[in-house]
This record gives sequence, structure tokens and C-alpha cells, in this order.
Amino acid sequence: MEWETVIGLEIHAQLATRSKIFSGSATAYGAAPNTQANLVDLGYPGVLPVLNGEAVKMAVRFGLATGAKIARRSVFARKNYFYPDLPKGYQISQYERPVVEDGSLEILLEDGTRKIVGITRAHLEEDAGKSLHEDFHGLSGIDLNRAGTPLLEIVSEPDLRSAKEAVAYMKKIHTLVRYLEICDGNMQEGSFRCDANVSVRPKGQEELGTRAEIKNLNSFRFVERAINYEVERQIELIEGGGKVVQETRLYDPDRGETRSMRSKEEANDYRYFPDPDLLPLAIGEELIEAVRATLPELPDEKAARFGRDHGLSAYDAGVLTSSRELAGYYESVVKGLGGQAKLAANWVMGELSGALNKDGLDVTASRVSAAALAGLLARIADDTISGKIAKEVFEAMWSEGRSANEIIEAKGLKQITDTSAIERAIDEVMAKNPQQLTDYRAGKDKLFGFFVGQVMKATQGKANPAQLNELLKRKLGG
Amino acid sequence: MHSLTVAELAAGLRARRFSSLELTLHLLGRIERLAPQLNAFITVTADRALDDARRADERLAKGEGGPLTGVPIAHKDIFCTDGIRTTCASRMLSNFVAPYDATVVERWRAAGTVLLGKTNMDEFAMGSSNETSHYGPVRNPWDPARVPGGSSGGSAAAVAACLAPAASGTDTGGSIRQPAALTNLTGIKPTYGRVSRYGMIAFASSLDQGGVLTRSAEDAALLLGAMAGFDPRDSTSVDAPVPDYVAELATPLAGLRVGVIREFFDKGLEPGVGKLVHEAIEALRASGATVREVSLPALPLSVPTYYVVAPAECSSNLSRFDGVRFGHRCESPRDLKDLYERSRGEGFGDEVKRRIMTGTYVLSAGYYDAYYLKAQKVRQLIAADFARAFGEVDVVIGPTAPTPAFGLGAKTSDPITMYLNDIYTIGANLAGLPAISIPCGFVSEAGRDLPVGLQLVGPHFSESRLLSVSHQYQQLTDWHRRVPPGFE
Repeated sequence: MEWETVIGLEIHAQLATRSKIFSGSATAYGAAPNTQANLVDLGYPGVLPVLNGEAVKMAVRFGLATGAKIARRSVFARKNYFYPDLPKGYQISQYERPVVEDGSLEILLEDGTRKIVGITRAHLEEDAGKSLHEDFHGLSGIDLNRAGTPLLEIVSEPDLRSAKEAVAYMKKIHTLVRYLEICDGNMQEGSFRCDANVSVRPKGQEELGTRAEIKNLNSFRFVERAINYEVERQIELIEGGGKVVQETRLYDPDRGETRSMRSKEEANDYRYFPDPDLLPLAIGEELIEAVRATLPELPDEKAARFGRDHGLSAYDAGVLTSSRELAGYYESVVKGLGGQAKLAANWVMGELSGALNKDGLDVTASRVSAAALAGLLARIADDTISGKIAKEVFEAMWSEGRSANEIIEAKGLKQITDTSAIERAIDEVMAKNPQQLTDYRAGKDKLFGFFVGQVMKATQGKANPAQLNELLKRKLGG
Repeated sequence: MHSLTVAELAAGLRARRFSSLELTLHLLGRIERLAPQLNAFITVTADRALDDARRADERLAKGEGGPLTGVPIAHKDIFCTDGIRTTCASRMLSNFVAPYDATVVERWRAAGTVLLGKTNMDEFAMGSSNETSHYGPVRNPWDPARVPGGSSGGSAAAVAACLAPAASGTDTGGSIRQPAALTNLTGIKPTYGRVSRYGMIAFASSLDQGGVLTRSAEDAALLLGAMAGFDPRDSTSVDAPVPDYVAELATPLAGLRVGVIREFFDKGLEPGVGKLVHEAIEALRASGATVREVSLPALPLSVPTYYVVAPAECSSNLSRFDGVRFGHRCESPRDLKDLYERSRGEGFGDEVKRRIMTGTYVLSAGYYDAYYLKAQKVRQLIAADFARAFGEVDVVIGPTAPTPAFGLGAKTSDPITMYLNDIYTIGANLAGLPAISIPCGFVSEAGRDLPVGLQLVGPHFSESRLLSVSHQYQQLTDWHRRVPPGFE
């Protein structure tokens, strides 16, 4: 039987506010345990939550960027359950009336097709603390620094049909929240993580299969692997005559498998009800318009502009707009170069990205600035150096930090464009390789490359390639 | 000195007829002598009181300070007090020293008051007789065999017995007004949002409101003024200016439109109580008020509505008492579940457990709509009834409680009978309205004079009017000046 996979993601994006969602404690990562938890975060008797307006603005930013409805009135609810890292015995979240509803996002798939993914809702909530089970010899430690950190939970429609689509969607959200500067996107620190709802059904069947929820996936790779594992597990189970049960599962990255955490029957009854300590969240037109006015150019708009104005392919535009910083770098190079967008795009996606990856650097920490790269590319454009030499120059720039011109000058890498000099080199090469010359003239066209290589070698790669090609063709032809 | 009102004490302090230290020592002496038989205090803060008094005297000597500088007060033990044990009358918090002051505590302190101690109460404010306290029941100064009402029973007994001139209270379903009625005090529950709930240990967040128990309406005006006002730490506190309650006490009764609540004069009302309430209404009419009957048809539903909403909120509010970070923790827990079960099982009393269970039930999947949601709808109806009445009258009036003080243990075996004691007070909490109880006479039972309370409820933020009507009534009567025998 042919099966169809149905996936919905719940992404938790930690909002980049300075203080917590209901208290004045700092949200910075990595502080000593319990040093960023005040009486409100500790759930002390008598204390009350006060909503952080910045978190609301960030939720509105997200809503506007995904074309969603911003609820003029949304409600904070209490999700009740006992756990030591949940100090109040309830989490303040939004349940029946979230702040953002009915948005959507377009993803670009590997085969070039585009797909709209629905965003059911996005709601504000507080994070819990952390239980630390190591180092306490049979006991657990509780760190409440994270308790009360603002989260935006972004819930997609079950529109995703493969692990790859799920990853593309998650990456797109990741890009978007960083563009909007509402989340730092740091997945190692847990600032951006997701739960995946996965089910399968026979192709063509309308009704959804029973789903399993895979919790706390904190890398794109894990999302892909966990979903693929889970899909296979479910299909095997059904084809073997079994039934998928609705349950929460955990992905074990070491073993590459998911395993049951708790079934629907064991699930908590969270007894949601509106939090009487907080008034309904009212959002007026004024706030919405003020937030709208501060929205940056969004990745899709930017990519469209790169296609329209720079003539870039959809794929290139997509890669270059994957982060606001990378796009900014690319645009600075184009600006410095005064055009030549394709050249700039190839270099930013090629040499620059390669060097950044190798050194594990973000584009904002690049050893070669956009202006410096533009300086290098300008030398390609004006035929001072060839593209191949440019790669050598770039490497030197990356390690030495000098400008392209300095390196070209110091290393004598300037391209030879003097026709007679190139001709001299060709003559020498032809004289040294009579057999190859005879073979070429007898019809072995492939040897043309051999002669190009020899001349380049003789000129230390500095011969202008276009000129060389033309001259060599003429000379070899006799 | 001890039977003087706050206003009289303030005048005496300003005129240097006595110092705050003398006054404080005198009251501490009375507390030492008389409080134990009433069990009115959980913690007496004598050292703190003497420090506060000395500081107040220094300010008074320099001609500084306000009207409350040097005036001793007591706080219900539900308000967090920095460095002082705050128990909520529960074993759960018997070891809890709050690391901060509640806003109410902070404001009264800033006004120069002297803290005598923390008063007994029903555990977590759940009760109408002050019999659910982990520290034992409080006794009514008018008859020690009877209850003082609850949950602010310790505050009521302390003020009625002239151990403190005024005390704070909280009122979720009548917990200020009912004990005020049963002990011959003036007790005001302000509009929801008028007084900050920050630092007031939550019972039912949408109903809880801090207020004050005093021996006159004028005192209530003085102390409420020093307590009320916007607090950015409480999202439900209302950002509206606080009127000068004292200045507005002079507003005459003439022209006041009074609505007598038909539903309050039902078969549950003891005839002797009803008679006194009618006499009080006649006195208001005689002074120029117009009186008419109003009907609030949804009001009889207030008790069942309350006993869904309040337990629901309490079941969630009390989840933080889990033995993990503060409060009672059981001995050597085997695992997490054992820690929770035994810490909470040992820490909470029966009434608290009953309400947590009720609340957990009404919020459960499958029952939420039938109970919690339905109760919220009825709550809207009750609020609408009041709003309609206030289209026609300025205040509505009726008894505070159906009976005078009842005997200790008389109602503890049947929670429903106990709950019905709040039948007249709960409506104001459900609608978030300000309400006041003032003394309106005595009934005699078994040779004892037992006080009866008159309740006035007004529109949102009409505290000034409630206080001025009460003050004007207290100019016509002297019920409020009577002190229980043995405590003169």
C-alpha cells in the first residue's frame, strides 16, 4: 500500500526580551543556577504576574509577518500540573484565545516547487525551569533561571507531507524569527525547538491517521531523522496488523529512534482556565500599526527583489536571504561592486560561505568584510586577475586580513593581458611539446585543455583566460 | 485609651496627650492579657511594634508624619510581612517567613502605623467561623462560646476587644463583612481592584480583596485611604485616583436613594436580625433618604456560583504549596509523588482539602462547561442584576449575615450550612462591588447581647458613598461605640 505522511509542527521560539514574560528577572542564558529567578519566578506566596509588553509586541510582529489575524482580545490561561521545575504548579499560557491566528508561510522545496503551509496559531506562554538529575546522587536539582522565559508557540496546520517539508518549514520559521529579531534562534541553548505531530494514512484517504507527538527536537537534523524513523515505525506497525496509539514520544538522538513517553490515557488533565491574575490581553490598532511600521523587509520580499532587480535564481535568492545578516552582506558587496550581482552571489555562497563554515563563524564575524570582498571582485571584473587567482587572493585575505590590492601587488598576481607576452608563452609551450601538437592537429581536440594548463603553468596562472583561449586556438590551428 | 477610635487616637498623638510608645505598650499589655482567651493573634510582633512606635514618636516630635503616624494596627496573617512569619493559619506555612512586604503592609507602614502582630484567620481564608485555623478557633469577645465569624475572625476579635484599634482583613465571599457583623465592627470590602493583592496570599484571585475592620466608618475611611490605590505589581489593580474618603464623610443622607434587596429578606433570615435591619433602614429614611425595594433575581444563585468559582481558583492557587521551595515538607519522602502527597496531605486542613478537591473536579475535562463555565455565566447575571439596580438607586441594603454569631462547633459538621452563612455577602464579590457592614443593634440570646450588621453595597468605586452613608448613620446611632463586656 502507498502511504501518505501528515506532519504538523509546534515550534517553541524563545522571545528575545531582556526580562521574563511575567517578572523583571533577566533572561540571559548560562547564569549560575537560580540567580535569575526572583520571587515571582519562584512562585512565592502572594506574588503576582505582570505581563511584559515587549513579548506582546514580538508576538504581534510574528503575526503581521505571517499575514495572520492579531486577536484584539486574547486570554492567558493556566495549564495546571505538578512538576518540581514548574514553581506555581501551573504554566501561564494561552489556550482558547491565542494572540495570533490563521497565518501562513511559503516554503521552497528542493525540487523548486513552492508550498503554502498554514499557521493555525501562535500563542504566548512562559517556559518552565530545568530539573538537573546529574551531580545530585539520587536527588534532583532545580534551576529556575529559565522559569518564566517568554515563548511564542507556533502551531502549524497538518500541511507537511514529508520530513524534508517539515525541515524546510522549520528553517523558514527560524529565518523569519531572526529577521524579526524576536528570537536568537540558538538551538543549542534551546531558544528554538519543536514538537512534531506525525501520522500516516493510506494515500487518497481523507481521514487523518492516529498521531504520535515527538517532543523537544532541537536540531533540524533530529527533526528529519525523528520524523523519518517515526513514519517508518508507524507504517511497519500498521502493515504488521497493529494500530498506532495516540501518545507522546521522545527522540533518542544516540540511537536514532523514538520511544514512548506517555500514552493518551496517562496524559495530564491540565484543567485549563483563564488566569484570574491577568486581565485579557487587549491589543489596539495603534499598537498593531506601530509594530507594522517597524517591520523589516521580510525574507520572501527580499528574495523576490533579488530575483527581480539582481536577476538571481529563486534558489540563489533563497540561500542569500536565509539570514538577514547574510543578505545584508551580499547587498553590501553588490553595492561596493556597483552591480555584478551574479558574481557577488556566487562568491558569497561559494568562497565566503565555505570559509565561514570551515572556521565556524557567523557572517557577522567574517574575516573578510563585504567591502573587502567587493574590492577583490572588482579586480576580477576589471580583468586584473582571473577567478582562479582570485580564490588564492581570497584565501590570503582571509588569513592575513590585507586588502585584495595589497595581496595582488605583493605577490605579483596581476593578470597578464599583454597579447605578445601570452603569445610568447604559447610558443614556448608548443615548442616543448611537439608530440601533443601533432596529435592535436591530427584531431585530438581534447588536448586543448592540456595546452591551456601548460600555458597557465608557465605564466603562474596569470594569463587572462579569455585572451589565452583565443590566442591558443589560433596558434594551435597553425 | 484602648477604646478610642483611630481618629481619636490620631488626635491624641498629635496633641501629645500620649505617645505612640505609651499607646503601643498599653495595647501590647492588653494583648498579652486578653488575646490568649480569644486566640486572636498568631504572631505578636512586640519588638517590631516598639521600634515602629519609637520611630513614629520621633517623627511626631518633629511635627512630621500623617494622620496614621504612631497608630497601632494588626494585619491578618494572610498579608506577607518582610522578616515576619506569615502562616495563613496553615500548617503548610507554619515555618514560612515572608521575604517581602505585601503592598498593603508597605502602604500602612509608609503611613506610619505600628505593627502589633498578625491575626488568626481561617486556614487560607477558607471558612466563615474561624474554626479552620491550624492555630485553633478564635472566640467572639461578645460571647466566648461563639465564633467571631470568618475568615478574618482574628482581626475582628482583636479590634472588637480593643486589642488593636484597626486591623486589615481580606474578603473573598464575606470574610471582612461577616466577622464585622458578628463582632460589632465596621468592615469594608472595596471594589475589586481598588486595593492591591500583591503580597496577599491568594485564595480565589478573581474574588479576593483586601480591606479593613475598624470601630467606626471614619476609621475605615482613614485606613482604606492609606491602603488603596494602583499598584503596578498587581495587573488587576485599577489605575484610578483614590478619593479623600475622610473629606467626603460629610456628604449628607438627604437625597440618598436606597434600594432594599428583596431577596435578602428570605426565610433563612433570623427575624430578630431582619427587624434591626429594617429599623436601620427607617433611620436612613427619617434622615432624608428615599427607600424602595429592588429585586436581584439571580442573587440567590450566588452561593452555588461562588462554590464553583472560588474552589476552582483555589485548587490552582494552592498548587504552589508542594513542599519543594518553601512551607511544610514531609519527613524523608520516598520519591516525588510521595513528597507531594504527604507534604500537602499533612500541610493542609480538611476544609482546604475539600475546596481543592471541589475545584479540581469542576475544572476537569468533561465537567468544565457544566460547572466552571456555567458559574461564570451566572456570575455575569448577578453582576447585571446589581448594575440594573444601580440604575435606580445609589446603594442597595440588607443584612450582612442571616444570624448573629453562632456557637463554636455548631456548623462545622455540615459544610453547606456553614457556606450559607455567606449568602448575603457573596454577591458583592462575584460582581466585584464595594460593600460595607456596620453595626445596627443587638439581639439577645441566652442572656448575651449579640451584634447585628447592616450591609450596604454600591456601584464600582463608590467607597466614598458607602463610607459617608455609614458615617452619617453612625452620627445617628451609637451601636458602633459599644464594647463587649469584660473588654471595656
